[in-house]
Amino acid sequence: MNVHFEPVIGRYMHVELLGKPHRVYVEEAGPANGIPLMCLHTAGADTRQYRAVMNDARILKDYRVIAFDMPWHGKSSPPAGFQNADYQLTSRDYLDLIIGMCDALQLDRPVAMGCSIGGRIALHLALEYPQRFRAIIGLQAGAHVDPYYDLNWLHRPDVHGGEMAAGIVSGLMCPKSPEAERWETLWHYMQGGPGVFKGDLHFYVIDGDIRARVGEIDTTRCPLYLLTGEYDYSCSPEDTRDLQRRIKGTQAVIMENLGHFPMSENPSQFLRYLMPVLDQIRAANSSKNI
Amino acid sequence: MEQLASLVNANKRLVWRGRYVDTAFLLEVGDEAWLVKISAGRVASVTRVGAVRPSWTFALRAAREHWQLFWQADPKPGYQDLLAMVKKRTLSVEGDLYPFMSNLLYFKELMASLRGRLA
Repeated sequence: MNVHFEPVIGRYMHVELLGKPHRVYVEEAGPANGIPLMCLHTAGADTRQYRAVMNDARILKDYRVIAFDMPWHGKSSPPAGFQNADYQLTSRDYLDLIIGMCDALQLDRPVAMGCSIGGRIALHLALEYPQRFRAIIGLQAGAHVDPYYDLNWLHRPDVHGGEMAAGIVSGLMCPKSPEAERWETLWHYMQGGPGVFKGDLHFYVIDGDIRARVGEIDTTRCPLYLLTGEYDYSCSPEDTRDLQRRIKGTQAVIMENLGHFPMSENPSQFLRYLMPVLDQIRAANSSKNI
Repeated sequence: MEQLASLVNANKRLVWRGRYVDTAFLLEVGDEAWLVKISAGRVASVTRVGAVRPSWTFALRAAREHWQLFWQADPKPGYQDLLAMVKKRTLSVEGDLYPFMSNLLYFKELMASLRGRLA
């Protein structure tokens, strides 16, 4: 029998976040002394979206790639008592989660890379915590999105939540992305807990609007890279170009034949765009150490 | 448009995906319209309608040029998906949305089954 293990190690961390004890699932790959690269998944999904980044030998040569399932997502549990309240992600809680996890993992100025809601919070991180990161990469990052469907469809007992979530996000991908990777991406959505995707979108659609403040981001304190797939209509190329105009020094690339889930829907196409960014960050890092 | 029935009904997995769908929806293409009746995931009939509009549960309305872009075999960004068109306000979905939204993957694939055939 021909089997192999991936270089990815998954563990459960017990950590206090947002004032409550949490059991958080954390994955990592790469050398312990590599440049830490903290990957943030999209709304209603989990770390599996970064499976290709975590398995790419070129990346693992220099980077320690880390990802965690946010509480309520993937293999991380919701806090005790979750059944008594709605889950609603806010900007403050999302920032505290990320900074809390970086502290718990004792990461020294990691690179942060987030997609969708992770791309939005990347902008918040660039604004509020530039000193904590050596670079920030926003995938499918926009300052705001106008709702184009009623979010209540995502959480009601007479609609299958998993199939609803998959139906909502399926068209955000490039139709030419490999079928197996597209359906893997949808499967993650089909597995989300009730109301979790909707609770994340509270941040994405309402609380996390950062349009008024993006101009204050100082890329001389922390470089900001934006990579956006051309088929995404949730965070569109226009949204990213708008950020590029408003944030001085931002490096932005519109990625061909990719949509809202670049790292998951078509990893090999995505890595063609990500590698030059990681090389640039590594080179800047090396020159500072000389 | 009438080929929608044979295209959908020949796709066993799509019919399975819509196995609980029983509805009639209006498909408006510019100034032309069809009533599409679905029974247990199969397209039971596709009927051209005129000035007298029959009852329908929900309606999909877009200009002809937008549907033509949606039905391209290799659609451009903005036309790859029904919700992409809703976001860009080139498609409106009206009426009782329950059957449409609760079977969203089914209706997206149903409409996409005409790709490369009507463009």
